[in-house]
Amino acid sequence: MIPLSYYLVLSAILFTIGVVGVLVRRNAIMIFMAIELMLNAVNLSFVAIGKHLDSLDGQVFVFFVMAVAAAEVAVGLAIIVNLSRNKETINVDEINIMKW
Amino acid sequence: MTLFFFLLIAIVTVISAILVIVLRNPIHSALSLVLTFFSIAGLYILLNAQFIAAIQVIVYAGAIMVLFLFVIMLLNLEKEKRVSEKHPLQKAFGVSIALFLLGGIGSIVATGVLYGNMGTETAAKVSAVGNTKAIAGLLFTDWVLPFEITSILLIAAIVGAIVLTKKEL
Repeated sequence: MIPLSYYLVLSAILFTIGVVGVLVRRNAIMIFMAIELMLNAVNLSFVAIGKHLDSLDGQVFVFFVMAVAAAEVAVGLAIIVNLSRNKETINVDEINIMKW
Repeated sequence: MTLFFFLLIAIVTVISAILVIVLRNPIHSALSLVLTFFSIAGLYILLNAQFIAAIQVIVYAGAIMVLFLFVIMLLNLEKEKRVSEKHPLQKAFGVSIALFLLGGIGSIVATGVLYGNMGTETAAKVSAVGNTKAIAGLLFTDWVLPFEITSILLIAAIVGAIVLTKKEL
């Protein structure tokens, strides 16, 4: 039996790695992957706390988070493809206007 | 024995997650993100969440990562690899802010102020009917409205993705 705090610390570490990725990398796709990492860290703590409290609601929430993540990836990657088509870069420092 | 497996998977998860943000080539990052997703699926197995582990592998490691790899290869990011950071202090600030966040979350976990109402789905009760069946029962009774709204969300995402990438409508 693994204590709940182990899972929460692991989840916090994964979330922090995702935050570092978003803040440090300049490539839009890399920022997107770091966001996926953060979503997974939160999913892990949902399931761990759900098991700790003898409840399945956490797992149902993870199901919804995955559906939202799939929708987000589809739209986000479409935006990135569109950006690279129009501006020939996906460096977020160079993408600083809303329309062109 | 369970603790040994937990530590093993946790170490693999953290190392591959660090590789995701450190590697310069986006394809290498995407592949180590696949490894991260697989090891998180292993952690779900340790937590007796078999259904979530299965859809983690199918949806995340399968569908979402294939989409990522497809877009990376479509965009041909070879010249993006050597993009220099404009702001020299960005890395230092980013890491220090994140460590501050880790300290905040860690102190909350360490002081043990987390509590909540105990549910009724004990491990023995869930394993008697099976994890997937228990989740399906909840999904189609208590959570049926969010479940139906999810389908509208997915339709909106499909339409949005097509509208965004189509050159002229």
